[in-house]
Amino acid sequence: MHEVTVTRLNHLVDPHLHVWAWQIPVYLFLGGLVAGMMAISGWFLFSDRHRRAESVSFLLPALSLVLLSLGMLALFLDLEHKPFFWRLYTTLKPLSPMSWGAWILVAVYPALLGAMALRLPAWLRGRWPALDGFAGRLAAQPRAVRAIAAANMVLGGLLGIYTGILLSALGARPLWNSALLGPLFLASGLSSAAALVHLLARDRSESEFLARADNRFLQAELVILALLLIGLLSSTAVHARAAALLLGGPFTAVFWVGVVGLGILIPLVIQSLAVAHRIRHTAVAPLLVLAGGMLLRFVIVNAGQVSRWGPV
Amino acid sequence: MARFGMVIDTTRCVGCMDCVVACKTENQVPEGLCRDWITTEARGRFPDVRLEIRSERCNHCDHPPCVTCCPTGASHVEPFGNTVKVTPELCIGCKACLASCPYDARYIHPQGYADKCTFCLHRVKEGLDPACVAVCPTFCMHFGDFDDPQSEVSRLIASRRGHALLPEAGTGPRIVFLT
Repeated sequence: MHEVTVTRLNHLVDPHLHVWAWQIPVYLFLGGLVAGMMAISGWFLFSDRHRRAESVSFLLPALSLVLLSLGMLALFLDLEHKPFFWRLYTTLKPLSPMSWGAWILVAVYPALLGAMALRLPAWLRGRWPALDGFAGRLAAQPRAVRAIAAANMVLGGLLGIYTGILLSALGARPLWNSALLGPLFLASGLSSAAALVHLLARDRSESEFLARADNRFLQAELVILALLLIGLLSSTAVHARAAALLLGGPFTAVFWVGVVGLGILIPLVIQSLAVAHRIRHTAVAPLLVLAGGMLLRFVIVNAGQVSRWGPV
Repeated sequence: MARFGMVIDTTRCVGCMDCVVACKTENQVPEGLCRDWITTEARGRFPDVRLEIRSERCNHCDHPPCVTCCPTGASHVEPFGNTVKVTPELCIGCKACLASCPYDARYIHPQGYADKCTFCLHRVKEGLDPACVAVCPTFCMHFGDFDDPQSEVSRLIASRRGHALLPEAGTGPRIVFLT
């Protein structure tokens, strides 16, 4: 017999930690999605696709701006001491991923605005001649285009990895105790972004390119997920118990059916057939990938909060 | 510099919860929340059963993960006794510190900031014991400087068998339970 009775019943902490509800998974998903879109947008700029009229690369920065702002709104809604949120920007704590993540978010906005300025959205064009002139001069300078492309790719990579490191730095929750969470969320963010851009692309070569890229990202995500579970299972009993939450525990069905099956394997099969021209490209696979990316964040955040060092 | 900690004799503790009530009264802990609590752990198989009753709270760790993860510096190590404290005016309520604590010792105060045991530093500065220690009817709780080899807590640790909670989590907890 091993029985533990605790008289504490603190809100958000007992019977198990549940400090983060929908806001944080949604923020992590949108952050990862924007990170992936920045990487793709940067890649397109490097490949000179911004000269093509049909390219989706012009849509990406503006859409990223909206999605990231929605993500930050979700993050703000999660804060319990909202009037003090500005304190994030009065200091930089190098050991706190949340602190340097907050500063990355600030750096992301100018990079997105720079990418937007390379070709202004239709609703902005012709309103301010100075802005039109600036955008034209910027796009005409290859060095500026390359700098903006590099900034988008680097900051996109950092943003994608940070969303995972944010959780893995919290050592008290064994399910998150893996540096692989960073690459996992980056791969998932890239895959979700490729799926979304695939849905939006009008240029057939871009659409095809993104479907192929998405397949690679989904494969990478599968490998990282497997490594994550192997790493936890081959660690301490506490970590193996955390992995068991996804391997027979309460999160098993949603993880294997939702995240792995519907979110990765099925879209991977559909898109593999589509890029081999066996079936037509449809919205089914990208939508499944996007739903799977969101579900992955919910499962990891919720299962991680249930996992603990102490007695279950 | 002092390094405050507690030694709690589980062979004397009866789980009366006087420490919990004293803390709530002294620190005006809001209804439904607590900074300290009683854990009862039973192990074994009848008739070889062992019962340990513990008065638990923030361990004021030597390597506090709540301080490391705090993005604003609200959670910090107070030089007086090397204790872990929260500055409400700096806290944004992100709850990373709640998630980082393996002892689940923190909670969100109804006003929105993270809150927890302070070792009653306001009393200690006056030369008093923390409220929980002061009221214990079985005198099972001891408070003092772990760095002073002559302190009561150091002598108890040296002379008695005891254990900390989850030392494997690597946080360096500073509450020792004598067994």
